Amino acid sequence: MEAAIEKPVTIPGFGRPLRSHEMVINMGPQHPSTHGVLRLELVVDGEVVIDMIPHIGYLHRCFEKHAEHMTNYQQVIPYCDRMDYIAAMSNDLGYAVACEKLLNIKVPERVEYIRVIMAELQRIASHLLAIGTYGMDIGAFTPFLYCFRDRERILDIYEETCGARLLYNYIWIGGLSHDVPSDFQTKVGDFCRYFRPQIKELNNLLTYNKIFIERTANVGVLPADVAVNYGASGPVLRGSGVKWDLRKNDPYSIYDRFEFDIPTGKGEVGSVGDCWDRYIVRVREIGQSLNILEQAIAAIPAGNVQSAIPKRIRPDASEVYVRTETPKGELGYYIVADGTTSPYRVKVRPPTFVNLSILPAMSRGAMIADVIAILGSIDIVLGEVDR
Amino acid sequence: MKDVLIELLRNEPLVYTLMAFVPLLWILPFALFAVWWERKVAAHMQDRLGPMRTGGWHGWAQTIADILKLIQKEDVVPSAADRMLFTLAPFVVFIGAYAAYAALPFSAAYVGAGIHIGLFYIIAVSSLVVIGLLMAGWASNNKWSLFGAMRSAAQVVSYEIPIALSLLTVVMVVGSFDLQEITKAQSGSLLNWFVFQKFPLLFIAAIIYFVASLAEVNRTPFDIPEAESELVAGYHTEYAGMKFALFFLSEYANMFAVSMIAVIIFFGGWNSPFGDFVSGPFWGAFWVISKSLGFIFLQMWLRWTLPRLRVDQLMYVGWKVLIPFSFAIILGVGLWVMMAT
Repeated sequence: MEAAIEKPVTIPGFGRPLRSHEMVINMGPQHPSTHGVLRLELVVDGEVVIDMIPHIGYLHRCFEKHAEHMTNYQQVIPYCDRMDYIAAMSNDLGYAVACEKLLNIKVPERVEYIRVIMAELQRIASHLLAIGTYGMDIGAFTPFLYCFRDRERILDIYEETCGARLLYNYIWIGGLSHDVPSDFQTKVGDFCRYFRPQIKELNNLLTYNKIFIERTANVGVLPADVAVNYGASGPVLRGSGVKWDLRKNDPYSIYDRFEFDIPTGKGEVGSVGDCWDRYIVRVREIGQSLNILEQAIAAIPAGNVQSAIPKRIRPDASEVYVRTETPKGELGYYIVADGTTSPYRVKVRPPTFVNLSILPAMSRGAMIADVIAILGSIDIVLGEVDR
Repeated sequence: MKDVLIELLRNEPLVYTLMAFVPLLWILPFALFAVWWERKVAAHMQDRLGPMRTGGWHGWAQTIADILKLIQKEDVVPSAADRMLFTLAPFVVFIGAYAAYAALPFSAAYVGAGIHIGLFYIIAVSSLVVIGLLMAGWASNNKWSLFGAMRSAAQVVSYEIPIALSLLTVVMVVGSFDLQEITKAQSGSLLNWFVFQKFPLLFIAAIIYFVASLAEVNRTPFDIPEAESELVAGYHTEYAGMKFALFFLSEYANMFAVSMIAVIIFFGGWNSPFGDFVSGPFWGAFWVISKSLGFIFLQMWLRWTLPRLRVDQLMYVGWKVLIPFSFAIILGVGLWVMMAT
């Protein structure tokens, strides 16, 4: 046998040398539960995580640089699709709203309603994916496929509308790429009627399952003040009991016309801000989105879906910051225009990037299985974290 | 059966060797069937179809195709692995699973080795599996595999206690470790099965055994050693080809073994549920196998419904719930037996 190693092992990013019973373990970038190509360096003592160093950037595709090099503003939209590819409609909506604010134009009523319907359908689809994969992280495989089955119906509606199922390029600046099919309202209405009982089924199968509650209640507790300090948004912030939703607090588009609640975490099965709270906020938001959908399809007016703006827009030299509530949280676009046909700078404030920054703080002292549960409850999409 | 063969061949070592291969005739087709069955069960629970194409009728040949693929695969051993232990581990695991079949009575006429301490032997020999799992995890030289191995060692060792204790209750009632004796003690009708005897004590013992056996064979909600979403694949992360297939095979062999023990101890073994109606050596095998398949279906049902426990919660369930309860039941059954005599 070789002599025991005398020199202490140090790793960059971890404050002190490793003790003899500690181990560094790499989770990712290829791991079933890091939701893409996130890499986590875990310092573990047995099963207990002492520290965690996340590494991102494996999916960096230079979105912001691409945006500067387009020949016009419209061409940025397909790149927006590819940030949070689970919720492409919501990304497009944010960009379109920002550009319209830059141009200072109002879009037709019909466009606003269709946009809201699309964004809320997208919210349901995104939350379904988050819930399904979260169940899988905890070890329940079946809810995942039930969620996918229901998400499929939303994708069918999208496919019928714009031909694409994942990356839509549907919401354009000043309008939509084209009008919805004639039976659109019936289809969405049918979906709402079909989907409400499915939430009950999901709750029976997963939400109130004893093992699921054991695994998620009191795990990864995020107090409200910590959440605010880190700049968390979306279900992560609301799970900590903070009633903050940009659709209500800083309304964009026509969200001020609809009645809906903002579900927050109340610590029903554990303490406020645990993984179960973040999970249940998503489940309840789905119900609220259905409310919005039902109101919107009842009120959708007839009309044009393109406002009269030129193909190549040329905003005056100015800058704008617009934030919208995507399924993951606050998505901000900071656009600087220099009077040419393409943006001078597009800075994105991605919700999951900011939310992910809380992960190490929440994971210290948890077990490896808890880290998976906490990561899943943040609901990250690496396409958006890395851009 | 053994005596008949010795009469016929007049060569005792040859007969024993032949007898040793008999369970394989059951395990291999069973594993092929059970993998396909599990995929079908999972698929239908999840609103999909599962394998539908290979072989024509509902993809019946899918697992055969899978096995053929696994045989052809390159046998990779990681360069940093301990070559000998790495190669040996799947065999140790399989031996542990396979050896239990020697003492399992498939019918009144067939039991590999009619030893008087059959139950004791099975409990002892199935502990071998955990050595194999530890070997696999350690020899892989992979941290995830090591985690899986440590978890499975802790899990299997803890859950063997409630298993042994819950089985002991029936041994106390019958007064024998012989599985044939235990089965015979349940003959008659459905109500003579031990699960309905000394109600509700043995019924609870049966539940404890079933829960603990799930942990013993690493099935959901106790599939912590493999825990796909945490440990990638646990102790067999680094295995490929036939070595991986051997782990898979022993998992299914183990599933059947624990289900069959439950059937023999608590659910009448090869006894027909209808008394003398449809009973006999052949029907005995039919009953014991179909009852065991019922339990395997139950395992699959749980697997595709429940989430997974965390390591510390698993230990909690084992040491603070199942073991105290099984002690209490042993006490209760002991008192009952004493009062009765």
